[in-house]
Amino acid sequence: MPLWWPLLLASLLFAIGVYGVLVRRNAVLVLMGVELMLNAVNINLVAFDAHLRDVLHGGQTFALFIIVIAAAEVGLALAIVLLVFRSHGHIDVDRLRGLADRDPPTEPSGGDGVTAHSALTGPGRTR
Amino acid sequence: MSVVEVLFLLLGLAALGSALLVVSTKNMVHAALWLVVTLASIAGIYLLLAAEFVAWVQVLIYVGAVVVLLLFALMLTRAPTGPQPDTTVARVLPAAAVAVLVAALLATTVVAGFTGVRLDLDGAVVGSAATTGETIFEKWVLPFEVLSVLLLAALVGAIVLSRLRTDDTEDRGRPREQRDAQEVRR
Repeated sequence: MPLWWPLLLASLLFAIGVYGVLVRRNAVLVLMGVELMLNAVNINLVAFDAHLRDVLHGGQTFALFIIVIAAAEVGLALAIVLLVFRSHGHIDVDRLRGLADRDPPTEPSGGDGVTAHSALTGPGRTR
Repeated sequence: MSVVEVLFLLLGLAALGSALLVVSTKNMVHAALWLVVTLASIAGIYLLLAAEFVAWVQVLIYVGAVVVLLLFALMLTRAPTGPQPDTTVARVLPAAAVAVLVAALLATTVVAGFTGVRLDLDGAVVGSAATTGETIFEKWVLPFEVLSVLLLAALVGAIVLSRLRTDDTEDRGRPREQRDAQEVRR
């Protein structure tokens, strides 16, 4: 087959993943877009491994490594998502603005001493 | 057109179609289930591209573990199972514009750069478990060990994060308004 077939498939999958990350508001669905992008990169690696006849099998090995890293990333990200859900009551990425760089809020609980804890649990709980 | 090419086209179309459904369906659980179809199609593409072990690892880890984790997260965060008005036109248009630009850029690059190059799969060494094992444990031992340390660190981090209860363990029984009031006073 032409080499550009798998490369084109990977490009389109990557673009679909970008669309998913940008358009979704639920944090878990954003993670699904990230998974699509990682898989697109893996298709590239495996295709070039087959094309170049790599004696080190670098492409397939890196694809395996990326799968492992993606598993670690998903485990860690879901722990963070569950923690955010416990402290905020939602996982809407548009409303999670506790770490945004902007002027301190005018409400009395805000002020200048914004600690990490209040930055994590602040805005979502006072809705 | 050979059998491999026909199979590749079919699997590729299945992967693209189900990936579009993953990012566009309004039902969150359905998105996770369509992701299974996408990942399984990509596993079939790995098989066609002579990466046998990668394909089975893809089935085991992605289809088996990652999707189950995502489904657990959807259920533990009490995601509504019904259709959600998740996407509005004001969100879809810029996102679609960026995605189309990304697709156009990448597609023109790879098609222009690799037109006429044949991917010859006839004499390719199949990346079976034996081949992959020899490769990893002879040539890629150090990255492999570093990766296992990274996986351990991520695992410890996930456990620590999920045991972290901020500091309102004692007032978990009270309703949210009281806790909010306490938060404001603090």
